[in-house]
Amino acid sequence: MGLAAVLVSAALALTACGSGSVGEQTKKNEAQQNAAGGKCGDLKIIVNNWVGYTADAYVLGNVAKDKLGCNVSYVELKEGGPSYQALASGDGDVILEEWSHAAELEQATAKGTAKEIDPLGVVGIIGWYVPDWLAKAHPDILDWKNLNKYADKFKTSESGDKGQFLGADPNYTQYDEAIVKNLGLNFKVVFSGGETASVAAFEKAQQKKQWLIGYFYEPQYLHAVVKLDRVKLPPYKEGCDKDKAKVACDYAETTIKKVASTKFMDSDSTAPDLVNNFKISNDEQNLIAKYITIDKMTPDAAAQKWIADNGDKVDSWLQG
Amino acid sequence: MTTAATLARPVEPGAAPPEGRRTRRVPRWVWVALVCVTWLVVWSFTRGHDTVQVSGTDQTDLHRRLGDFANGLGGNGFTRAVADAINVIIEFFQNLISTPAPPRPAPQVGWLGVVAVATWVGYAIATWRIAVLVAVSFLAFGVFGFWQDSMDLLIVTLVSVFIAVVIGFPLAVWIGLSRRAATVITPVLDMLQTMPTFVYLMFVFILFGIGAPNAVVCTVAYAVPPIVRIAGFGIRDVSATTIEATNSLGQTTAQRLWKVQVPMARKTIILGLNQTILAALSIAIIAGYVNGPGLGKPVLSALTQNDFGAGLVPGLLIVLMGIMFDRTTTAASERTESATRGGHDDPRRRRIVLGVTLVPVAVAVWYSRYSLDAANFPTNGLTRSVANGANDVADAVINAVEPLANSFKNLVSYGLLNPLQSVLADSPWWLALAALLALGVIIGGRRAALPSVVCLGLIFALDLWNDTMIVLTMTLVATLLVMVLAFVFGVWMARNRRADLVIRPLLDAGQTIPAFVYLIPVLALFGSTRFTAIIASVVYAAPAAIKLVCDGVRGVSPAVVEACCSTGSTTWQEITKVQLPMARGSLVLATNQGLLYVLAMVVIGGLVGAGALGYDVIYGIAHIDYAGKGIAAGFSIVLLGIFIDRVVRAAAERAG
Repeated sequence: MGLAAVLVSAALALTACGSGSVGEQTKKNEAQQNAAGGKCGDLKIIVNNWVGYTADAYVLGNVAKDKLGCNVSYVELKEGGPSYQALASGDGDVILEEWSHAAELEQATAKGTAKEIDPLGVVGIIGWYVPDWLAKAHPDILDWKNLNKYADKFKTSESGDKGQFLGADPNYTQYDEAIVKNLGLNFKVVFSGGETASVAAFEKAQQKKQWLIGYFYEPQYLHAVVKLDRVKLPPYKEGCDKDKAKVACDYAETTIKKVASTKFMDSDSTAPDLVNNFKISNDEQNLIAKYITIDKMTPDAAAQKWIADNGDKVDSWLQG
Repeated sequence: MTTAATLARPVEPGAAPPEGRRTRRVPRWVWVALVCVTWLVVWSFTRGHDTVQVSGTDQTDLHRRLGDFANGLGGNGFTRAVADAINVIIEFFQNLISTPAPPRPAPQVGWLGVVAVATWVGYAIATWRIAVLVAVSFLAFGVFGFWQDSMDLLIVTLVSVFIAVVIGFPLAVWIGLSRRAATVITPVLDMLQTMPTFVYLMFVFILFGIGAPNAVVCTVAYAVPPIVRIAGFGIRDVSATTIEATNSLGQTTAQRLWKVQVPMARKTIILGLNQTILAALSIAIIAGYVNGPGLGKPVLSALTQNDFGAGLVPGLLIVLMGIMFDRTTTAASERTESATRGGHDDPRRRRIVLGVTLVPVAVAVWYSRYSLDAANFPTNGLTRSVANGANDVADAVINAVEPLANSFKNLVSYGLLNPLQSVLADSPWWLALAALLALGVIIGGRRAALPSVVCLGLIFALDLWNDTMIVLTMTLVATLLVMVLAFVFGVWMARNRRADLVIRPLLDAGQTIPAFVYLIPVLALFGSTRFTAIIASVVYAAPAAIKLVCDGVRGVSPAVVEACCSTGSTTWQEITKVQLPMARGSLVLATNQGLLYVLAMVVIGGLVGAGALGYDVIYGIAHIDYAGKGIAAGFSIVLLGIFIDRVVRAAAERAG
């Protein structure tokens, strides 16, 4: 029992000089919430698995936490089906980067579980890319009409007697198999399986001057590190990608949408206005993504650094 | 099922000896060769026809119908109620020890309180050594900056294991007492264990949505089989003499169960619990895919950021949690046993120690509710420096071995993988199906006939025959590599104690460390290829196979080896003529386990460029309109697994 008494008094002594108490912090948090003009409550940001998206999410999350006192959580999910299910079930409040899951968005809007809100400000570009050394060495490769000429050079252990075209993460919007077939290209689509794999492949191809052509997109932090060049496909025309099996044109430039849960947007929390006003550009996103991947900062630290450098931008979202 | 059972009925005592073996004129391998040659001949002029290929972004009517059906199942009243109940339970524990409920800045009980309680529990159920292990593990979770994720994983694992025991223990008792129950339940358990975790994820996702409910349901489904199997075996295995002796005292069935069978099987039951906990932990990462709370999430985000080191740390913490649970349950089972036998530790003294130490534990809990420092674990930069160090090492190794590794990759890809895939996947479906069926029956015997017909038929019916053949190719090549490793290292370890001491911990690590962690460096080496997927599955499957071969070879009686050596044979002869043939049973078992482990990695292969069924599953999870194709792919993997397992097992029984 003597030991216990010693421990108790030691604990009391520690409390006396301790750094801060839970009670005080609770009061401070409450005060901050009141100052922000109302309760924020929970903000559950859905985070899909590419770095650019992580950058958006943590900037929004840190602003919501520091300025509105929201209880922010990041719901890490695959894009498409799982994310929309989260909006419907209340497990998530907002998708910040909707590239093109038309079927899911349509279904959710019809059911009234989710709706499109103001766009993110990022313009999505999907296309066929080659590493810069290749574009410099063979400038004519940047036109799809010349691709068959070089098909042999792109052969790998995976592509049999055709050239290899590196396809994307299964979750991404893509119809490269259809484009290859419909343009009569002598290529086989080999799916990289994930963003990590695609990034690693392009990095290596540029470093070691390997032949590589594949699916890539902007904004993406890799563009800040390795220069890639886009191959011209027959230009996109309204509706040419309607039937996924018959596509023979380039990918459309996409205005990246934000999609939020209807219930969340209609709630009296202070967060929906911020979420609706939140805007970011391709370059800004690439910069934050670079902090995370190249400078190895945590997403939180990267977001806070950017927020500190861009105070007026942040204020504009808050004033709306 | 019944036909297979009748065919395999054991020979009646006193009946004439079976004649098959003696009178068979043609040995089995000749038939195998014959089938292969015929296959090649027909393939040479039919290749490329009727391959029934469905490209990555295409699907058939069957897939569309399956998808509509599945989407119709989702979110009904029952599943919603289950999901809500799970959410309530998990959130309660999260608010208690992991996630603050604002405006409160910390959970109800802070880290200091949790560490104190856990340490005390460690001592209460096991020994003071275990208490130290528990304390160190919990401190490590915090020091490496993953306190909240670790607590989440702890909560999900314990809740799931609790549910798994509630469901599994009655089943275990049932199959322990009734042979008929065993024949009904065992195939279901087989299926649950053959199904790759991603496939669970997809079904559970359709039914229960995302987050904690999905994580818990997946974990339970995956963790129930070990406890049913092992505990059921323990109960059935209680010696007949003991039961007879107690029966003669006139006990009821219930008395016999609770007073004799369960206590006698206690050690085996706790082993089942142990395996259940480890199975639950092994699904942690996959659960992260649907926002399941826990350490899986940081591992997955490290994968998106191509940051090996950042994934390694939480990956190792999962391993640490596994070790902690493993040692604790083992020590607890040993203690209960020594306690029932009146072991040497004095129960009165123990009770006093437990009572007295409760006071500082209570103080720690109270203090952790009050002071911020004791509530939220102080942050530090340790993880980042460890991660950077790991990345540097990985880069150096990759640069050093790259040329050699790539020539090996090309050798396997061009020399083995491509030709084999060309035969399997470019054959017309009817040719490949007929040939596989014939091989199945020749290798597995008549017992394998029915399962082969059913499995291959259903695979064809699911419209993904071509993708399944590509997966079969990769599985065969990976298993071949696994078996080469298993023979080399297994025999070496069996014959050399020192090699065993050094290699065994590495094998344990290979078995427990989540595949997603080593996926990053393997990907950096080999790029998006089928070979990357093969290597990932070899790393996962080889340890189990090596251990099985080692144990088998070591089990060969020393007297036999002695007898052989005295006749002056070389080491090589000793291994190939005596040890390996005598250990044939273990070798077949190792091959079978190797195949199933490899198959379990197929979906993960789809993430690194292997395409085929794994890609279909992941694509189906992301795209509502392709869900049916994903389901078909998932079932195709399961059916392929059952087909391989039944053929190999039937072959083993014939040989055995």
